[in-house]
Amino acid sequence: MRSEAFSAEAISAAASADTLRLLTCGSVDDGKSTLIGRLLYDSQLLMEDQVAELESDSKKHGTAGDDIDFALLVDGLEAEREQGITIDVAYRFFATPRRRFIVADTPGHIQYTRNMATGASTADLAILLVDATKGVLTQTRRHALIVSLLGVREIVLAVNKMDLVDFDPQVFDQIVADFEAFAAQIAIDKITAIPISARHGDNISKGSDRTPNYAGPTLLEHLERVAPQNRAADTPLRMPVQWVCRPNQSFRGFAGPVVSGRVAVGDEIVAAASGRTSHIARILVGETERKSAANGESVMVTLTDEIDLSRGDVIAAKESRPQLSDQFAADIVWMDAEHLLPGRPYLLKSMARTVPVQVTELKYRTDVDTMEHNAAKVLELNEIGVVNLATAEPIAFDPYEENRDTGGFILIDRFTNHTVAAGAIRFALRRASNIHWQALDVDRAARARLKHQLPTVLWFTGLSGSGKSTVANLVEKRLYSRGRHTIVLDGDNVRHGLNRDLGFTDVDRVENIRRVAETAKLMTDAGLIVLVSFISPFRSERQLARELMPEGEFLEVFVDAPIDVCRTRDPKGLYARADAGEIKNFTGVDSPYEPPEAPDLRLDSAAEEPDALAERVIAHLESLGRLAAE
Amino acid sequence: MSDRLSHLERLEAESMHIMREVAAEARHPVMLYSIGKDSSVMLRLAIKAFHPAPPPFPLMHINTTWKFREMIAFRDKTAAEAGMELISYTNQDGLDAGFNPFDHGSNYTRIMKTEALKQALDKHGFDAAFGGARRDEEKSRAKERIFSFRSASHAWDPKNQRPELWRLYNMRVNDGESMRIFPLSNWTELDIWAYILKEAIPIVPLYFAGERPVVMRDGQWIMVDDERMRLAPGETPEMRSIRFRTLGCYPLTGAIESSADTLEAIVAEMMAARTSERGGRLIDKEASASMERKKREGYF
Repeated sequence: MRSEAFSAEAISAAASADTLRLLTCGSVDDGKSTLIGRLLYDSQLLMEDQVAELESDSKKHGTAGDDIDFALLVDGLEAEREQGITIDVAYRFFATPRRRFIVADTPGHIQYTRNMATGASTADLAILLVDATKGVLTQTRRHALIVSLLGVREIVLAVNKMDLVDFDPQVFDQIVADFEAFAAQIAIDKITAIPISARHGDNISKGSDRTPNYAGPTLLEHLERVAPQNRAADTPLRMPVQWVCRPNQSFRGFAGPVVSGRVAVGDEIVAAASGRTSHIARILVGETERKSAANGESVMVTLTDEIDLSRGDVIAAKESRPQLSDQFAADIVWMDAEHLLPGRPYLLKSMARTVPVQVTELKYRTDVDTMEHNAAKVLELNEIGVVNLATAEPIAFDPYEENRDTGGFILIDRFTNHTVAAGAIRFALRRASNIHWQALDVDRAARARLKHQLPTVLWFTGLSGSGKSTVANLVEKRLYSRGRHTIVLDGDNVRHGLNRDLGFTDVDRVENIRRVAETAKLMTDAGLIVLVSFISPFRSERQLARELMPEGEFLEVFVDAPIDVCRTRDPKGLYARADAGEIKNFTGVDSPYEPPEAPDLRLDSAAEEPDALAERVIAHLESLGRLAAE
Repeated sequence: MSDRLSHLERLEAESMHIMREVAAEARHPVMLYSIGKDSSVMLRLAIKAFHPAPPPFPLMHINTTWKFREMIAFRDKTAAEAGMELISYTNQDGLDAGFNPFDHGSNYTRIMKTEALKQALDKHGFDAAFGGARRDEEKSRAKERIFSFRSASHAWDPKNQRPELWRLYNMRVNDGESMRIFPLSNWTELDIWAYILKEAIPIVPLYFAGERPVVMRDGQWIMVDDERMRLAPGETPEMRSIRFRTLGCYPLTGAIESSADTLEAIVAEMMAARTSERGGRLIDKEASASMERKKREGYF
């Protein structure tokens, strides 16, 4: 297929051909990499030096006896070649005179499911491989479910290794029936089943005389003919603003991709966040002035009016606006080794917008084998579930099934910066327009004024036995003697009342701190100086508490003592019990403590006496002006 | 009318989107500019992405001092025309210690390219660096994300890459860590040439055939670009009509015999070629896994 393409015209034609993005997925050893290698080899896109290298690699690492091991073409990482498995998604390119293909070859092992999801998120079509000798497996179902969750509606069920079952049509029919029974429960529009042998080339680019009962197309024929979905063309205009271009006073352009619909000069548009409307004045693609642009293009537009619009906003069709909400139900695939903890603050990125978010409720986990919904406290790596989310600010969105770009999001861990989840918004739990804060005349500033003080949270964190409560009580005495209105929230006391229902698992620890932080906030609204004395082992939750408070009103005090010192003090005998195994999940013993990286104040309780430390807290408050009379 | 973009239009839009994300989210981005055809395409896309403003980041060239002279001349002219700041960085310690492509093999590459790159990124505090690598070039490249996380020591961990979904890129890093961004990930060599043709993008003349002084070494034509070229006993430069498919340090870059002196002729020759472009780079031949090792050390 190279021979006729020797002219510049042919090059241009090849480049203007359309593209099909697809992925290969399925369980371990079902032959995904071998299939891609076979497609590259059959379409004669391999160069001589690559074939030579492949032959020499096949002798060294190959798993196909004396034959060429096509998988070695795509398994490019050292660890992959040594272990003979695929770890991460590989992107490969090939072309026929009809079409160009971008192929994501994804791993089958369950621990690399997130890499499989990476490949699926941009695919138009999925080739799901099944080993004819093994049939439909749990991992086959998991991949089908992820593929459908991520919006791939077109599936090729490639029943591979037919040579190992003597091309028995009954085996093929049974696997197809099994899969269709499962697929009926998930959102897939079209399934095309093809019996193949990737190793021997049956029904890949050439038909096979060993499958007389099969009358359908070869895999390559099907890939050339299938009409890729372009649902984005039929949905209303959505253009997230990525970047505002202000080279001079007379130009204010908004750069971003047209993720759905189309945009034309003169169109009336709306800024989704503010609801302000304007018209499109100009459209630029590079230096080229355009009358209109289609979905998929990266454009720069200017508007006829100066309306408030910045990165993260969405330009939308006026007659069909996206929804705006700060609470959602969403499907998520969890992708991090650290579990999803409801209540923990994460970041949500959707289009060009990144906002703080909490999972307010884990509604259920989906059992991949049975599709049953099971109650769960956490989601573990590669688990799939449905959650409720609350963002710190309302965001514009469309349900994922209507728009992949405006309904898809990722969650990011605030401290490791890992991408921990992929999500798809189902629907809003409430509309932002329904949220009304009661505007009160007597506000927090008024209450504080009456007390002649600046409300402040002093958050004491540290190991059990580090001296948090001792120091907090001494600080409170000193504040009281100065006529300040204070309250101490102590871990032990709060756990006897407000948080009586919580235990010591990670999930419960997160909720414990969330409630205390909210309580502290209400008390500062009342004008109090709040001294919180909690182990609060996780940075994320301490950060959450900080962000609830206005800038400067939250001071993190790290009461620092080596664990050996705390253990020796052991005022409540807890370390002894934890060491004896009587208490589980004890911080510092079998549950981690994440020390603050930049506390406002660090108190070394092994080096100084409690009175001296309390004095230092008071001195710090004075130096910040927080004890000045209002 | 059909709203389906062509293959090249889709690639162009994707690259522009990636560059704008970096401009918006990185604190201090830079574009690695290697002067080759891929860099030329990348720069063209950057100009398009931000027009009418200039791209909001500087260009940086890691200069081993062994690049072809024509490359340096082209580099300075191109940066000036784009109205962009050009940073040229050389590992002076390596230069002073006498590292050169004749005596030091892979150590030369490590010291003068990889180490130099790391030094330059640290010196300027760049937290995001664009590179023109493509996934079709090499097997470990095919495995790399578009937004590729690097530790504080610039190392790539291929077994622990961030999932990259839809067009949502997570480029959050802690202090000292950084991102390498490859906006041309999904382009092939053919796409690059088709785009150069379509957009009439200037490229270094060395890509076009011309009579140049060369010697044959290890089955490859090596050009004698200046007086520092060491000739083995009996080696005499001869004039041949040659051109280059990729450009790097001249003593390490193999030329092909060719009479293709127009873009159309180059493209036609490439379509008929039976070897891959990296076949011309001596450093890539040491082991098929050498690219992955270099990338783990911080190579682009």
